[in-house]
Amino acid sequence: MFTGIAQSQIYVLDQDQARAFYVDTLGLEVAADVDLGFMRWLTVSVPGHPERQILLEKPGPPALSEETAAQVRALVTKGAMGGWLVLTTQDCHRTHRTLLQRGVEFTEEPTERPYGIDCGLRDPFGNRIRFTQPTG
Amino acid sequence: MNRALEDSNRRMLRVRDAMDRDHALPLDVPALARLAHVSPAHFARTFRATFGETPHRYLQRRRVERAMFLLRHTDRGVTDICFEVGFRSPGTFSRTFRDIVGRSPRAFRREGGALAVPTCFAMAWARPASGPSGERPREGEDGRAAPSGK
Repeated sequence: MFTGIAQSQIYVLDQDQARAFYVDTLGLEVAADVDLGFMRWLTVSVPGHPERQILLEKPGPPALSEETAAQVRALVTKGAMGGWLVLTTQDCHRTHRTLLQRGVEFTEEPTERPYGIDCGLRDPFGNRIRFTQPTG
Repeated sequence: MNRALEDSNRRMLRVRDAMDRDHALPLDVPALARLAHVSPAHFARTFRATFGETPHRYLQRRRVERAMFLLRHTDRGVTDICFEVGFRSPGTFSRTFRDIVGRSPRAFRREGGALAVPTCFAMAWARPASGPSGERPREGEDGRAAPSGK
């Protein structure tokens, strides 16, 4: 029935800051950054994989009331919003070193697990991100 | 917009992440408050308002969670585990563990693995599935084999 996952979404508090982090720091690429008038459609993807995009959406009116948007921002910054990403890498330790030099806030060092080596970080807003070097 | 609240949340999250990561280190409220760039009194109050419990309690729960894992999955001694997860005295560890889990570390360990079913059932159902060449349990009426390793 289904053939893939084309788009997913996480909330960010500031789209300029989000673009700087996800693209300049993490090394993803912009798949789309379009002012639609009613919203800024900003998506990123792993280089070479435009078929899978992540929408970096800013919560706010009119999609959400100002009150609800404030609740969403509060949850994101508490790490409780639930949006998260797990990326894959060829070399977890090397990627970790590179991102550490770029000032990324890590929550967990590279750790050996049954499924591979992985580690955890936060984006500037509080969203959880992991990246894994899968076993074999 | 409430940038002040969001900035505060984010700083408290950074400190909570540090507790998750460095739970075995001697973290205290002054040290944690420094990570948040606020005074100790302000930190303890703000953390509680943000996450619904004191930083001390959060750290205790994190340490006890690690202890529960080590009790059930290793043969290490209780005192050894106590220090490993960041407690400074076995007395505090036992008291805190009992307070959070409802029983002592030793009782918790004894219960692990104790299955409340007859041994023959436990033996049959806990046995690892055989490889592709062996017989596998039937699953469903179409007789498809269950995935191995489950």
